[in-house]
Amino acid sequence: MNETLATSRHSLLCQVNGKTISAEVEARTTLLDFLREHLRLTGTKKGCNEGACGTCTVLVDGKRMNACLTLAVQCAGREIVTIEGVGTIDALHPVQQAFIAYDALQCGYCTPGQILSAIACIAEGHATDPDTVREWMSGNICRCSAYPQITAAVLGAAGKLGANRDA
Amino acid sequence: MRDFTYAIARTLDQAIATDPSRAMLIAGGTELLNWFRLGVAAPDHVVDLAGIEDLKRITIEGEVLTIGALSTLAEVGDHPAVRTHAPVLAQACLAAASPQIRNRATLGGNVLQKTRCAYFRAEEPLPWGCNKRHAGSGCAALNGINDRHAIFDWTEQCVAVHPSDPAVALASLDAEIEIAGASGRRVVPAARFHLSQHEAAELGLDPAQAETRLEPHEVITGYRVPLRGGARSAYVKVRERASYEYALVSAAAVIELENGLIARAALALGSVAQRPWRLAEAEARIVGLPPTRDAVLPILKRCFGDARPLADNGYKIAMAAGAAARAIVEAAS
Amino acid sequence: MSIGQPTTRYEAPIKVTGSALYAADNYPDHLLHGVIVASPVAAGTLKNIDTARAEATPGVVRILKRADMPPLGEIGMPAAVTHMPLTTDEILWEGQPVAIVLGETLEAAEEVAALVRVEVDTVSAATPGHGQLERPENGFAPAHDIKGDVVGGLDRAEMTVSEQYYQPTRNHNPMETSATVASWDGDSLTLWDASQMSLNPLAVMKAAFGLSQDKVRVISPHTGGGFGVKGYVWPHLILAAAAAKVADRPVKIQLSRAQQYGQTGHQPECRQKVTLGAMADGTLVAMRHEAINTTSIKDTQFEQSATATRTYYACPAIELDQYVERINLIQSTPMRAPVEGPGSWALESAMDELAIKLDMDPLDLRLRNFAEVDPFDGKPWSSNKLREAYAEAAEIFGWRRRAQMPRRDGVWALGRGMSMASTFCARFPGQALVRIQADGQVYVEASANDIGTGNQTVFQLVAAEALGTEPDRVKVRWGDTRYPPAGPVYGSSQTIGTGGAVRLAALDARARLEAFGAPGTGPIDLGAVMRASGEAEIVGKGKFDFGDAPMSFNGSGTPYAMQSWGANFVEVAVDRDLGLIRLRRVVARYSAGRIINPLTARSQMIGSIIWEWGKATMEASRVDHRHARFLAKNLSNVAVPVNADIPHDAIDVGFIEEFDEHAGPTGARGIGELGGTGVAAAIANAVYDAVGVRVREVPILPAHILDALG
Repeated sequence: MNETLATSRHSLLCQVNGKTISAEVEARTTLLDFLREHLRLTGTKKGCNEGACGTCTVLVDGKRMNACLTLAVQCAGREIVTIEGVGTIDALHPVQQAFIAYDALQCGYCTPGQILSAIACIAEGHATDPDTVREWMSGNICRCSAYPQITAAVLGAAGKLGANRDA
Repeated sequence: MRDFTYAIARTLDQAIATDPSRAMLIAGGTELLNWFRLGVAAPDHVVDLAGIEDLKRITIEGEVLTIGALSTLAEVGDHPAVRTHAPVLAQACLAAASPQIRNRATLGGNVLQKTRCAYFRAEEPLPWGCNKRHAGSGCAALNGINDRHAIFDWTEQCVAVHPSDPAVALASLDAEIEIAGASGRRVVPAARFHLSQHEAAELGLDPAQAETRLEPHEVITGYRVPLRGGARSAYVKVRERASYEYALVSAAAVIELENGLIARAALALGSVAQRPWRLAEAEARIVGLPPTRDAVLPILKRCFGDARPLADNGYKIAMAAGAAARAIVEAAS
Repeated sequence: MSIGQPTTRYEAPIKVTGSALYAADNYPDHLLHGVIVASPVAAGTLKNIDTARAEATPGVVRILKRADMPPLGEIGMPAAVTHMPLTTDEILWEGQPVAIVLGETLEAAEEVAALVRVEVDTVSAATPGHGQLERPENGFAPAHDIKGDVVGGLDRAEMTVSEQYYQPTRNHNPMETSATVASWDGDSLTLWDASQMSLNPLAVMKAAFGLSQDKVRVISPHTGGGFGVKGYVWPHLILAAAAAKVADRPVKIQLSRAQQYGQTGHQPECRQKVTLGAMADGTLVAMRHEAINTTSIKDTQFEQSATATRTYYACPAIELDQYVERINLIQSTPMRAPVEGPGSWALESAMDELAIKLDMDPLDLRLRNFAEVDPFDGKPWSSNKLREAYAEAAEIFGWRRRAQMPRRDGVWALGRGMSMASTFCARFPGQALVRIQADGQVYVEASANDIGTGNQTVFQLVAAEALGTEPDRVKVRWGDTRYPPAGPVYGSSQTIGTGGAVRLAALDARARLEAFGAPGTGPIDLGAVMRASGEAEIVGKGKFDFGDAPMSFNGSGTPYAMQSWGANFVEVAVDRDLGLIRLRRVVARYSAGRIINPLTARSQMIGSIIWEWGKATMEASRVDHRHARFLAKNLSNVAVPVNADIPHDAIDVGFIEEFDEHAGPTGARGIGELGGTGVAAAIANAVYDAVGVRVREVPILPAHILDALG
């Protein structure tokens, strides 16, 4: 193996939850570790760190992605939305409300990723019927296994958000 | 993972100019980041070519569908032209991974992914031999747990399979891979892009290490899919869980019918060898048959004479025949 | 009446907004990141740890080895691994911690840990099937136990079944990997931990560091899934505390997913053999249940899977014959639905095979041998509504009409199967406080952990009911050992135990309110009563315990036997050409005592049924026998169910109305694991019904179907 180099330093300018962020990061820092360790936005959780569970799902320019499979430096100029940017306890997003109402969470650890994924799933037009929701939400593993409730919450929120149910 | 420096290639020429002895090209990164974490690769420098707009286009010109290498699996799977003219490819893309991964993973990177063999994908220090990870160390899967491994064209050096879904579809479509490099541009048939063990050996390369025909200083720029009017196609991915999992076996079928009978067929299997596996004998023998399970399955079952199953994966023969038959039926419907 | 009304989770708002803090979300000042270095081989003697390349890397603060560890006391249970990490050169499993790297950044610590070279003089490892067998002595009953004349019974039986059933090692794989943040302030230790029972780290820290009760605090309000693996204390927690002491800075360790496999436990491989003897009319005359489960070299996890045969059916002659097998793997540990999870896989498959041999409806075979009292001890049940559960579930499923149901749906062959569900009743001591403030606001306090079972909401509803007030008036404080010591969130015991303590505390507070004019029963205007009292606060205390006994299992210490039960009816689809198995529907009804919150209770049952689907059709942590190491230590090569596996309306669960006055003050028994028993067997029974293939090992994979049909 090659000699370990002194760590790199790269400038990063991006938007996180509507706020401009300017930071210096190592090239190897994943978006996930950047959010958690550098910005202390701990709402995004680490599940497997290999892209096999979807727990770390965030939105990058509106598209859902696994933050552990993205380098922070690859997000230059991009808009990132994490669970902290979705809603607050006093002003919950309809998807958050639906997750509560349909009991689509248990331990809560996969929940931020599920919610970001659900928001994107609806925006993509994939919240049309139960089977489509199930397939398009399968990138988020829930070991508590709240799947039927998650599916119901996504469909419920889609109805509330006016997403096209007849596509 | 070990740190590296990072730069952005804004043009194809910049990407090609990257020195492969110390740098790697990254696009979506959904595969590379795991290589870095596992120690499969540890470059000093990473060059990001994801921003090269020229490589993102999906177009139809005459009878050819062209897909830029930086198109994501989500974009390819969602594109009306692909869904209409090459549904097997759209289906294969949408059967891969998860929505999150498909939003980053590119079609160019996808065919360059490495095997999912659990012995290969283990964390360092590897307690067992893996010729891909450490040349000459042996193959732990050969006499180990090999239910996910090859039934065709393996050697005692490596029994891995290639896990890509799009590669199987591309092979069935007789697609071509466009490559640009230091010495210019060239085209390689998709069905021949991945090297079998024997092909690598014949080229004087290490069969476990040499996986594709892509040379150093070369970059995949796109895919050309010839469109045949009247062709119908489908992709079948067989896995024990219903989604977000690699295939045990997969099958792509592209067929043309005449008077309701098969006039032409292209059949490719995935996850049975280190490359997509065309069933040439079966393709010929099913011509003239109706595209039904009862007609084609018995024929298909008899076309696996050259299969060499390992201790744990004999089931793949029946599964592959069944998957190919299912793909034919779904293509026809 | 608040109880029985579906109530959304108390802590749901903080979970859906990402503001709930899990262990690794804590960043005390001057935090160091700890990454454990582990043995790459399963057996031998540690020879050398070469840190030369590692120490040269920027960002690394220290690398701790055995010589750097502070003096530590001896530990025992509830430490799962009872020998202290980094205090021995004896290597007993692949993944055994041998050093710990402390770095200023996570990336630096991870990189450096990978550069440390561990050299071990290896010896051959004991692998499953080749380990020492031993009779364990730490079960609830003797490992070898006999009632009646089993040999004679089998002799006169008119029909027998004797088959072996297998299930592989499985990992819990909660979405949150285990994590601990340890911080010393002088000789006081604070731990933020991912725990199912905060009192367990408390006890182990006291033993390891010689600390008194008031010198350790465990903060654990949210744990990202446990399923049993975060019940006992694993080496990383001790290492975090030791490293923090040595470095004189807080240390955080969050295990990687790979380390979760190598440094915390798993459900052991279970090899079982069930022998049943019956008369032609289905009456059981003899049952023998043999079982072997794997455990580590030094510590003993006794799965007790044969307990199912002890408690499930009336039978005059019953024998349990159980061993553990010592292998070089990390210590195994309970997994959601231990004991009867594995036990029912074997027994409920065997019962189905017996029913088929007898040409008898499998449901009738269960009813024929219905246990009116505990089969082994003869004690009466505290409360049992299993007959009603069978009847209701069978009717809704259409079980008696299944011969008229379609046997095909396109490419799918359809099959139906049933089984009994039943789990033990574990009761642990628990305490709680209920504080009523001057303004009438109520606070419930208990150290209880949260793994997503909905216990905070249970406390809220139980306290509100006892106090005659609205749930909205009740706030809950939990997850901190500064609060009264609660029972664990494992063993399906929380509602009985801590829920019971909450009720007792609320009733105690209520009794004090009567002095100020509050009625003894019915609604209370707490604001008015507190104003009238002039008190700043009224505190009620509740304690649920069993005298000196550390716990009560299946009603021990009472005149009653205690279990929970259910009836499972399953329909599956099998693809003959591809070997795939898919879930169509499950109807399950349960006898589990009073259901406090139907919303969260339903979710618990659905979750545990999906766990059984995973066990039956995909889950296995295969061990490569040449290396005594897990083949894959990740989520990409080890499958757990995804959303697409479960049709959205496939699972229909419900509870029979019941109040168990003997189990505890709330009338409830346990439910969290009940849904995880019997379903795997019902699935295998349904597969047999669909395609005539009997599979006696899980997971049932396409290879099994294709090999059998081909």
